[in-house]
Amino acid sequence: MSALAEFPSAAHLTPSADGDSQLLEVSMGPQHPSTHGVFRMDVVLDGETVVKLKPIFGYLHRNHEKIAEDETYLGSMPYTDRLDYFCSLTNNWAYALAVETLAGIQVPERAQYLRIITAELTRLQNHASLVGFLMQDMGASGTPLMYAFREREKILDLFEALTGARMMCNYMRFGGCRVDLPAGWLEQAKQVVAAFPRFLDEYETLLVSNEIIMARTQGVGVLSRELAINAGITGPVLRACGVNYDLRKVDKYGIYDRFSFRIPLGDHGDVYDRYMLRLLEMRESIKILEQAMRDLPEGPFTDPKTKVRNFRPKPGEAYGRIEAPKGELGFYLISDGTPNPYRYRVRPPSLINLTVLEDMCLGRNVADVVIILGSIDIVMGEVDR
Amino acid sequence: MNLESLKPEIEANVPGCRLEIISNPSPSAQHSLLIDSEHALAIAIFLRDAPHLRFDYCSNVTGIDWPAPTPAPSKAKETGDAIEEDVENAEALATGHLEVVYHLYSMELKHGPVILRMRTQDRSTRVHLPSLISVWRSVDFQEREVFDLFGVIFDGHPDLRRLLMWDEFTDFPMRRDYVEPDDYEYEPTAHDKVLLKTMQHQGGTA
Repeated sequence: MSALAEFPSAAHLTPSADGDSQLLEVSMGPQHPSTHGVFRMDVVLDGETVVKLKPIFGYLHRNHEKIAEDETYLGSMPYTDRLDYFCSLTNNWAYALAVETLAGIQVPERAQYLRIITAELTRLQNHASLVGFLMQDMGASGTPLMYAFREREKILDLFEALTGARMMCNYMRFGGCRVDLPAGWLEQAKQVVAAFPRFLDEYETLLVSNEIIMARTQGVGVLSRELAINAGITGPVLRACGVNYDLRKVDKYGIYDRFSFRIPLGDHGDVYDRYMLRLLEMRESIKILEQAMRDLPEGPFTDPKTKVRNFRPKPGEAYGRIEAPKGELGFYLISDGTPNPYRYRVRPPSLINLTVLEDMCLGRNVADVVIILGSIDIVMGEVDR
Repeated sequence: MNLESLKPEIEANVPGCRLEIISNPSPSAQHSLLIDSEHALAIAIFLRDAPHLRFDYCSNVTGIDWPAPTPAPSKAKETGDAIEEDVENAEALATGHLEVVYHLYSMELKHGPVILRMRTQDRSTRVHLPSLISVWRSVDFQEREVFDLFGVIFDGHPDLRRLLMWDEFTDFPMRRDYVEPDDYEYEPTAHDKVLLKTMQHQGGTA
């Protein structure tokens, strides 16, 4: 019996002429350092070439959605921090937006600005760490990641001063934010943002035209435009394929229509484009931050009419979505008029972006799988929920 | 997207389909379209390919469990024996339904959402719905998740396995009537003895 018979999906392969072909099934993960958490890929290899790859999920599953059905609407807010634990503020916003759509809550001006400032800072630190991790995955051990984490730490210090926590911020509330800016925060934030382009320049000088990086990433993990749309890919991975779809421009949620910024797009849809796109998006985020911090108005930071206790939206349903750093993060809520949601659904961008992982990896070698996965940017807290 | 104008258009292009607009009374006003499972695939292909609709992006797939409304349980029932509960479970499974909701957007024309709903006939055996994976690849993992957590069987899905729970798991944890297995293990520890000793030392009784 041929070794191939054990792998029906590899039936199109023919054994080599000498009859010596053997496929090797390798379990990458769940403890592999490049999988960014507990994620497993069942990889079938022909020599060094990937002929089949099946992602296996669930190691971090805690049925977040079921827990939320037993919680009040506000009670789920801290749990959303734990979805994508790199970007708790955008998770908060997506959930708050869904509840505000469901209950018809208006958000005051100052709160809208605070949300945009915190969300764009989140995007900065997420993208900075992602490019750092990607370099780490490529074998640039230590230095690029530590440079990125140095910048990330400055932003996390801002989050800590504002919300009391570096990562589990739990900052947004329905109709606004939890607290106003502490004294001196804005000045400190302006300094961090003003210093950020220097980091990007430094990073680009070091890495963008680096010959090894280009050799490792260009033409690797190519994703076609059509497949990306059909497979529901969102965020930087989609835009690296050249599809102009950013919810900040399409939905104009919050007050994103007041700021001038551009949407960077890629050409080739390979790992290099995804990596470059994040660097470019950080520059656009800095533009938004500069405008938002310049225009930040005075006023209430939360809607005083929204009930905090015994909050019961009218029966109905709503889907709210935002452009999180990893893609479209959506919350779908069904209310039956009680204090708990009847159904609470998270549309996790990380999970759905993994749909095309196998398509991108087939025919590449194992070392490429690591950087293709790294370029998608997943966080298992969100994938497994 | 105005469903009042979309509904006759779908009916004209997919002959024989039965559509119903489910209105949403909340301020979000996101109304949805209940479609029948026999024509779901044709409706999906029409929505994706019609040049002025082009819903090329299926964003979100949600499973919902709707058991038939039951009268509030009385206190006597809580002490009832297991056989009685089994009978009740069978009744609960024969009534009610499971629902799957698809949120569609258009990346090309940048509009949406159109919300499609499909319902199963009951909650026990007639839980088959057509998979829309041939129209949108994005439903791949999401339909697997609905199968995993709710038990909807998607006909035509090439790889319908559990996504988050392990393969040997048999129940559907997101259903409203799911009961966690009682696998609580009690183990007396030295800590309890320490507590007892403390209490005796302080002159109390155990």
